[in-house]
Amino acid sequence: MARAVTTRRKIATTVLAWAIGLLIFFPIFWTILTSFKTEAQAINNPPLFWGFDFTLENYAVVQERSDYMRFLWNSVIIAGGSTILGILVAVPAAWSMAFVPSRRTKDILLWMLSTKMLPAVGVLYPISLIFVEFNLLDTRGGLILVLMLINLPIIVWMLYTYFREIPAEILEAARMDGATLKAEILYVLTPMAIPGIASTLLLNFILAWNEAFWTLNLTAASAAPLTAFIASYSSPEGLFFAKLSAASTMAIAPILILGWFSQKQLVRGLTFGAVK
Amino acid sequence: MGRITLDKVRKAFGDVEVIPPLDLTIEDGEFVVFVGPSGCGKSTLLRLIAGLEDVSDGQIRIDGKDATAVPPAKRGLAMVFQSYALYPHMSVRKNIAFPLRMAGLDKAEQDRRVAAAAEVLNLTDYLDRRPGQLSGGQRQRVAIGRAIVREPAAFLFDEPLSNLDAALRVGMRLEISELHKRLKTTMIYVTHDQVEAMTMADKIVVLRAGHIEQVGSPLDLYRAPRNLFVAGFIGSPKMNLIGGAVAAGHDATTIGIRPEHISVSAEAGDWKGIVGLSEHLGSDTFFHVTCEGIDGPLTVRVGGEVALDYGQTVWLSPDPAQIHRFDQNGLRIA
Amino acid sequence: MATQHARSAARVMMAPAVILLLGWMLVPLTMTLWFSFTRYLPMRGDSIERGLDWVGFENYVRFIGSSSFWPSVQATLLIVGGVLVITVILGVLLAILLDQPFWGQGIVRILVIAPFFVMPTVSALVWKNMMMDPVNGMLAHLWRFLGMTPVSWLSDASVQSIILIVSWQWLPFATLILLTAIQSLDREQLEAAEMDGAPVMARFWHIVLPHLGRAITIVVLIQTIFLLSIFAEIFVTTGGSFGTRTLTYLIFQRVVDSQNIGLGSAGGVYAIILANIVAIFLMRIVGKNLDR
Repeated sequence: MARAVTTRRKIATTVLAWAIGLLIFFPIFWTILTSFKTEAQAINNPPLFWGFDFTLENYAVVQERSDYMRFLWNSVIIAGGSTILGILVAVPAAWSMAFVPSRRTKDILLWMLSTKMLPAVGVLYPISLIFVEFNLLDTRGGLILVLMLINLPIIVWMLYTYFREIPAEILEAARMDGATLKAEILYVLTPMAIPGIASTLLLNFILAWNEAFWTLNLTAASAAPLTAFIASYSSPEGLFFAKLSAASTMAIAPILILGWFSQKQLVRGLTFGAVK
Repeated sequence: MGRITLDKVRKAFGDVEVIPPLDLTIEDGEFVVFVGPSGCGKSTLLRLIAGLEDVSDGQIRIDGKDATAVPPAKRGLAMVFQSYALYPHMSVRKNIAFPLRMAGLDKAEQDRRVAAAAEVLNLTDYLDRRPGQLSGGQRQRVAIGRAIVREPAAFLFDEPLSNLDAALRVGMRLEISELHKRLKTTMIYVTHDQVEAMTMADKIVVLRAGHIEQVGSPLDLYRAPRNLFVAGFIGSPKMNLIGGAVAAGHDATTIGIRPEHISVSAEAGDWKGIVGLSEHLGSDTFFHVTCEGIDGPLTVRVGGEVALDYGQTVWLSPDPAQIHRFDQNGLRIA
Repeated sequence: MATQHARSAARVMMAPAVILLLGWMLVPLTMTLWFSFTRYLPMRGDSIERGLDWVGFENYVRFIGSSSFWPSVQATLLIVGGVLVITVILGVLLAILLDQPFWGQGIVRILVIAPFFVMPTVSALVWKNMMMDPVNGMLAHLWRFLGMTPVSWLSDASVQSIILIVSWQWLPFATLILLTAIQSLDREQLEAAEMDGAPVMARFWHIVLPHLGRAITIVVLIQTIFLLSIFAEIFVTTGGSFGTRTLTYLIFQRVVDSQNIGLGSAGGVYAIILANIVAIFLMRIVGKNLDR
């Protein structure tokens, strides 16, 4: 049983934990804050934490000059498309491995995991060649396919660990209760699997959104998602702190919010069920 | 109706034969308990009857009709699982109504039957809760409710009380027996606990390694165990089994005497021994007595509160009419 | 348990995933392997249609023999090792801290986890400009405030800077996993140790740390696999200069900048072998967990 902790100790822990939390969060906080300053105030010396003129101008300028919405839309389509496609392929596979296991199930799972370890740079040129050959370069379809493939092992694994937690006895009970296979899947299995599928969707959407090797290397102008858009700010002529901050804030805000919902699934998903 | 006949039913997983060909008839309305140590195949046998496992050979008939290849959903049996297997996403009401919904009954009839079952099982106040919000005993009752609403040909219970604490277990045992008396439907009940078997069954089937060791009423098994295994398994505390010269004196390889059939005297008797540990239950007292010429301590049961000192010398006398004799194959000598 | 029918249905349902991943693995891998044994310079007109010259192990020898190879191995080891040490040590400490009761636990957890969700290009750019810019960066302000001369982080302390950026990104991951592991520690074990007279540090060394052993191993292995292929952080900040050219980045430059596909592919094969060595250990742990 938990014991009462002295108030003094709790205060000390609180102060320390908040100090460290704020320190770690500071770069993000600073970026968000700067995005609301004017360019001049953004590089003011000393740095301004308060007392600056709050402005939304940077956001307007970023959208106007670089057509931010197009990149955002590309990110949504690519991350969303690859995740949904991955789920569609993975659900039947994970289902059959969890409920109809065979002697090879474990080997197949581990082999799938091993494909995730393939260093991307090792196959960069072949993939580029294939993309050129099939006219996939700088298309959203091509990226959806690649991101689906690199995240497929994680999706299968996550779903597998979730499905395996559904006790077989419940499915047997449904059978004893007179449920047909269709009724069993519709009324018993699916409702029980939905939380797991939702978590898998969420985490893989985040992973796909942030993916920055293939999105940088396989896109140019038309299919570039936010990762590539932000990278274009690294060139010196694009360097304005406030605008960079506004662009960055817009790129990370949606995912930060989604991410906070997926903390628990993050551990399970990224450790392939080895830590829960 | 619910007469179930197993005809040379055999089950093998790959090369491993879990149940060698076996014959058994369960009469309509009987309360049959499959009992045996873990791994004896009792749960497998139940799952074969349920249809959750395929039979390797042989035939299962329900009310005379061959059901061997009939899927579980169509056998008209209901099952209560060890883990209860309640649907976590459905309310108690929906859980109980599920088999009715699957059978395509109209809503009014579903409600009527759920209400009746809830009434019987004291679940009326909990119908809108989820299984996660219920205690172990309540979940157990929901599982039973789900089984009774569809009025099955027979109920199958797979160690239903093993997840409950001791006090609750005794209560549920009575409730299930009560239910059987009222419904008069065939019940097949699997347990490893011989007390459950003795107290509930009309007929006990003792299993070991897939073999039926003995079939009979609780008292038949108590009075005339067919072999050493049944003798040791049925009865609590266990029957004392004695070999060597003492058994030879009775023309047997082994003799068995139940603790309640031995009397204790401070002065005279058949076997001289020294008192070891005593267990005082209030209603009874168990003594562990080490006797000369007999391997291992004997357990003796004496009614009421009796005090014997640790290390005290006593004499034990078995009731001659209650001595069970077994031959070199462990079989009962009539 | 399952019937024959269920088995064949299962095989059909597994097929799409297996076939897709098999193709994804085998096709490019075979091509990389093939290219690595050929002279393949698209700028000079080499192409698959015209046929590539077989050069045996020449690319493998040249890749290792080049003057950039060993520095890149060194940079890789420094960055991967540095990040691992920082994230594991700080991760353990932070996990223990966050496991203590304090006010606002939920919010602090969110603050600590946030960097993991920042896309690599953003975190690299934010650190490069907002934090590490020698004139206007936060660190420059801090240095001046403390009376020191601001540092040109990404050129003068480039490797350390990359380590800092990447550690910032991965510390949440390590912390979160270790925190989950700590929370699964049986409190009674700690209380038993306390009853046995073990002081705080002894309890940490003999009970908490061994309990975390498996989680730490998993953190190390998974991070190693991801860290070996960090790309965007270097691409956006130093572009591989100032000693930050890792093996991954070197291969990228051979393929993309100098368009020497044969040489780059040989490097790729080395990278694949390296990743697989780490992967074997990870798979063993994960595989054991499956049998449970």
